[in-house]
Amino acid sequence: MNREIVVTGVGAVTPLGVGSRTLYERWRAGVSGIQDGVGAATEYEPTDYLSIKEARRSDRFAQFAMVASDEALAEAGWKDEIPYDVNRVATLIGTGIGGIGTLEANHKKLLDQGPKAVSPLSIPLLMGNAASAAVSMRHGLRGQSFATLSACAAGAHAIGTAARMIQTGDADAVVTGGSEAALTPLATAAFGALDALSDIGISRPFDAKRDGFVMGEGAAVLVLEDGERARARGANILARLAGYGASSDAYHLTAPEKDGGGAIAAMEAALRDAGYGPQDVVYVNAHGTSTPLNDRAETIAIKHVLGEEVPVSSLKSAIGHLLGAAGAVEAVATILAMRDRVAPPTLNYETPDEGLDLDYVPNEARTLDINGKPAVALSNAFGFGGHNAVLCLEVA
Amino acid sequence: MAATVTPEAVEKTVVEALPQFGVDESQISRDATFEELDVDSLDLAELSQIIEDEYGVQLKGDDVGKIKTVGDAIDLVVAKSG
Repeated sequence: MNREIVVTGVGAVTPLGVGSRTLYERWRAGVSGIQDGVGAATEYEPTDYLSIKEARRSDRFAQFAMVASDEALAEAGWKDEIPYDVNRVATLIGTGIGGIGTLEANHKKLLDQGPKAVSPLSIPLLMGNAASAAVSMRHGLRGQSFATLSACAAGAHAIGTAARMIQTGDADAVVTGGSEAALTPLATAAFGALDALSDIGISRPFDAKRDGFVMGEGAAVLVLEDGERARARGANILARLAGYGASSDAYHLTAPEKDGGGAIAAMEAALRDAGYGPQDVVYVNAHGTSTPLNDRAETIAIKHVLGEEVPVSSLKSAIGHLLGAAGAVEAVATILAMRDRVAPPTLNYETPDEGLDLDYVPNEARTLDINGKPAVALSNAFGFGGHNAVLCLEVA
Repeated sequence: MAATVTPEAVEKTVVEALPQFGVDESQISRDATFEELDVDSLDLAELSQIIEDEYGVQLKGDDVGKIKTVGDAIDLVVAKSG
C-alpha cells in the first residue's frame, strides 16, 4: 500500500455485548457469547440507540451497523463534525445475506394474507446495501456507498476495498465494516441442511471434536482515513491497515481447497502489500469456523505462509460465525488485541486433531512477547463461493 | 368485509396508525401537515395499506401526492368511498 491507511475509530455489536471494548475484553477473559448453541446479540436493544422511526425503517442487520458506526465515529472524533469534505467520505458495509429477517416475515405475510399484506418497506429493508445506505444517511456521508456481498468474507472485503478507495484518491476516509442478522428460521434451516452447523452447538475451532459452526449475529464498523490527513488533524490512530490481499479458490461452492491454495494466495498478497515477511507476523486471527474442512485447510495455509510458531486463535470460539460481519468484527478485535500485545484465546479447545498442530492459544489469553517490535497481525476471512480476503493490521 | 367509511372512523384509524410510524401522538391533529409530523412517502404507503385493508379504499400515488395534512388524508378516503 503506498498511501498509508489508518484506523481511527472502531465500533461493534456482537453476542458478547454492545461495544468494541466489551467484545475484546470479554473474549480475552474467556467469556462466551454463545447460549443454547446460538450467538445472539442479546444485550442489544434497538430502542436504546434508535428512534421508533429509525428502528422500523431498518432491518436488524442495518441497525447493528448504525449502532456500531455511532461508536466508531465517536471514537474517531467525528461526532460533532465530520473533519472531511463529506463528498469525499465513502461508506462500505459488507453483508453475507442482508435483511433476511424482513424477507422471511414478508414472505410469510404473502403466503398467509396475500400480496396486499406485504409491507412497502420490505425491499428497502431487505436489500443487501441497506446497512451502507443507513450509515451513509445517518452521518451525512456523501461519497460513494455500496455493499460488498461475498458471504463470510464480505466484512474483510469491505475493509480492503475501502482502503483502496483512499489509496486511489476516490475518498479521503471511509466508514466501513460488515453486518449480519441471520438468526432466522430459513437461514438456520438452510445452513443446517448443508450440514455446516454444529449439532452439539459448541464452537470449538481446530479441535478434533469440532462438528460445524455456530451461527452468530452482529456488526463492526471501522473509520479508515488517509494516514497523512489523519495525522494532520491530530487524530488518535488505533492501528494501520498495512496490507490487504484477496483471491478466489475457483474450486467449489462451499468447500475450501484442501491444500489451502486460495487462502495461501490471499495471505501472501496481504503480506506483500504490507511489505512484510512471514517473520514479522506475531499473531493470526483465523477464520477458524469450527467446521472440519475450514480449520484443516486454513491450518495448512497458515503453516505454508507463516510456519508453525505463530499464535493463531479464533474469535468464532466465543461468538460463533457472524458470516458477512465476521471479517469486520474480527478485524476490530484483532486491532484491540494488538494494542494490548495480547493473543486472545481459542475457547473450547480440548482435543488436538491430527495434522492440526499450530499454536491455537487454547482457552487462555497470552501476552505476546515481541520485544518492542510492531504488532503485525493477519486477519483471515473466507467465504462460500471460494472468496478469500485477508487484512494485515499493524499497531506500532 | 370492509368497515363502513365515516369521517370519525377514518380519523380514528389514522390517529391510531401514525404513532406506529414514530409520530408523537400529541402532535396529531386534522391541521397538522405530514411534513411537520415527519411522515414521508414510505409512511404514507404504509398508511394507505392500512386504510385499504380496513375500508377497501385504494389510495394511489397521485392521490397521496396531493394530500398535505392529516385532514386531507381523512377527507380523501371519505370522498373516494362515496
